[in-house]
Amino acid sequence: MRTRPHSPAAPRRRRTAALAATAAFALLATACGGGSTGGDKGSNDSPDSLTYWASNQGSSIEHDKEVLEPELEKFEKETGIEVKLEVVPWDSLLDRILAATSSGQGPDVLNIGNTWSASLQATGALLPWDAKNLEKIGGRDRFSSSALAAAGAEGKDPAAVPLYSLAYGLYYNKKMFADAGIEKPPATWEEFQETGEKLTKDGKYGLAVEGGNPVENAHHAFVFGKQHGADFFDIAGEPTFDGPENVAAVKQYIDFLGKDGIAAEGNAEYTKNESVRDFATGKAGMLMWQAAASSLASHGMKPDEYGVVPIPLPGAEAGTDAQINSMVAGINMSVFKNTDNIDGALKFVEFMTSTEEQTILNSAYGSIPPVEEAAKDKAFSTPDLKVLRKVLAESSAPLPQVPDESKFETLVGTAMKELFAQAAAGKEVTTGDIKERLTEAQQQMQK
Amino acid sequence: MTTVTTRPTAPPPGPPVKSRRRRGPRLSARVRRAGLPYLLLLPAVLLELLIHIGPMAVGIWMSFRDLTQQYIRTWDTAPWVGLDNFSVAVDVDAPVGEALLQSFFVTCAFTVLAVGLAWLLGVTAAILMQENFGGRGALRGFFLTPYALPVYAAVITWSFMLQRDNGMVNHVVHEQLGLTETPPFWLIGDNSFVSLVVVAVWRTWPFAFLIIMAALQNIPRELYEAAQVDGAGIWQQIRKITLPSLRPVNQVLVLVLFLWTFNDFNVPYLLFGKAAPESADLISIHIYQSSFVTWDFGAGAAMSVLLLLFLMVVTAVYLLVTSRERKHDG
Repeated sequence: MRTRPHSPAAPRRRRTAALAATAAFALLATACGGGSTGGDKGSNDSPDSLTYWASNQGSSIEHDKEVLEPELEKFEKETGIEVKLEVVPWDSLLDRILAATSSGQGPDVLNIGNTWSASLQATGALLPWDAKNLEKIGGRDRFSSSALAAAGAEGKDPAAVPLYSLAYGLYYNKKMFADAGIEKPPATWEEFQETGEKLTKDGKYGLAVEGGNPVENAHHAFVFGKQHGADFFDIAGEPTFDGPENVAAVKQYIDFLGKDGIAAEGNAEYTKNESVRDFATGKAGMLMWQAAASSLASHGMKPDEYGVVPIPLPGAEAGTDAQINSMVAGINMSVFKNTDNIDGALKFVEFMTSTEEQTILNSAYGSIPPVEEAAKDKAFSTPDLKVLRKVLAESSAPLPQVPDESKFETLVGTAMKELFAQAAAGKEVTTGDIKERLTEAQQQMQK
Repeated sequence: MTTVTTRPTAPPPGPPVKSRRRRGPRLSARVRRAGLPYLLLLPAVLLELLIHIGPMAVGIWMSFRDLTQQYIRTWDTAPWVGLDNFSVAVDVDAPVGEALLQSFFVTCAFTVLAVGLAWLLGVTAAILMQENFGGRGALRGFFLTPYALPVYAAVITWSFMLQRDNGMVNHVVHEQLGLTETPPFWLIGDNSFVSLVVVAVWRTWPFAFLIIMAALQNIPRELYEAAQVDGAGIWQQIRKITLPSLRPVNQVLVLVLFLWTFNDFNVPYLLFGKAAPESADLISIHIYQSSFVTWDFGAGAAMSVLLLLFLMVVTAVYLLVTSRERKHDG
């Protein structure tokens, strides 16, 4: 439409068009999933195929396909069910699951981060693993109880079953330790601080942290919180972010980069696993990570160059909860309730949690089988996995299994990112600053 | 988006056309001719309804509901909460509203700076490239590269360049030029605002350049020649001939740049990830975080509706003011 600038109708028409375009822009942000309610019960309408969303466990998406495809072929040979695999990267997995939930158009079987279990359980989209369903995959007793505790809210049927288990450990560089005259890895925070100070010199640092990554930050806040006797949710599931113990826990972690100076300032902006790289390349002598073996190998660090010990503790005199030094980390497997191949989906979960597959998959990924029988395999008796298994069995706790858990990770993790930025800029991070940030985060929980 | 950009630029001011020049031939032909435009518009209207208006209506509907994770599976059953989502969003004394307001101010400052700089660069480059000289074509192509690069590849490259310890920016600024005592952070803290403006300007100025270059072709050379004869210098020529002639184009260009920049999601998301630093917390990222990351779609939708209203008011006022001015000038 060619409009003359002075014809009376023109500006109005143009304005209308511009307004429509503007309106369109502004609401694109809200244009998420447009489907309707999915059926509440699964069916067996398409018994010959399944769609499976796997999470990215290997060093790349390709690596995951190489690991999983031969196993899926095995399953097809056994059952005649073809499994269509899609490996979804972590940064989009949750968005994809939410979109699938709202549209009802999702996969049949999927992997979820185990900390999301209760949040996703609250959507009602996942098949509850009641006694009957669990019986079909060999019963509840096959799984380690700590892994099952991170599969849904307490007192409810689990929303998922554990697939791979992980735990945090303290990785240390043996050569750097020897060079600095450190004889044994630290077991308490006091020793940790001393060790860190000895390692920090000549442009090298004691510790590498992933300061710009809210999820990592929140995980450490949880574990440090446990050691200080703080929880981020009360029994009723209400947030309790800003108690003095929570503040102390967060401060301990931020201070590694701030007051204590044993982590490099640049770590404050790390979001792409640069801390693993720094550890592997000898820029930092220690790293707190879960199942780092394959990532370290991809940066050229050999297994005999590093050791793994449990994350340090406050000291023997503290209480039981203070002896927690890892979250129960891991990946769970779920079935979408509205699947059109419910029997096939259950068979597939049974297959993936069978002792044989658990051994193959967990050893390929460097994780620990949550299926206890599989964990006995000697593949899981390497020195580092032995340590992590012990941590998982004896001193780990699941992140709060409450519907608001994912908000906690985002809000507290992001607050800590800002605090790291403050510390990195050379400004002191006081108890007051931390309290203020945590209070703000908590207030955003109750809208 | 396309509705705005593909609209033909208005011709330079001419005598007003008072009456429609339609010479009414046979009746059937007239009907056919009258109906044809609507027929041709029909597919566009249908797609517009499907792609833009539909989701928009859903978004407005969502903003009145308490749409949290409990209801996303059966979202038509989410409870009606009236204006609750809105009152939380605009309550600037409470943290949610305060954060939204802060994000709004950051976005305004960012938009003014980014649009201003992109426009200034575009105009300057276009005017300088008006003369014919050797290598002009190559240079034009070179200037357009940022616009032609895929946004993901380009911004990820920027994020590597802006890294504190290994990035190229600090290598030059700190190590080679020695401008700072310690290597500054560009992706966290207050500097991230600067990074965001620079990358956004880098991405959008070629568009301004392209549009203005095209508009300059329409200015009759005789005007400049006459001005030169009258003794006007370069500055006077630019001020009295170039800029007034560019006015209709600028009106649309600035509006489009404003809308794109204000709503920019890609650049901050790729530079900073899901949690942008406070000083670079653009409103689009803020809304994304409020709805997707914290699973509160009703609140996110309410913020989107507020944003929509704001942009509509700004656009309407802008168009009113600029078209009135032109009427006076004409």
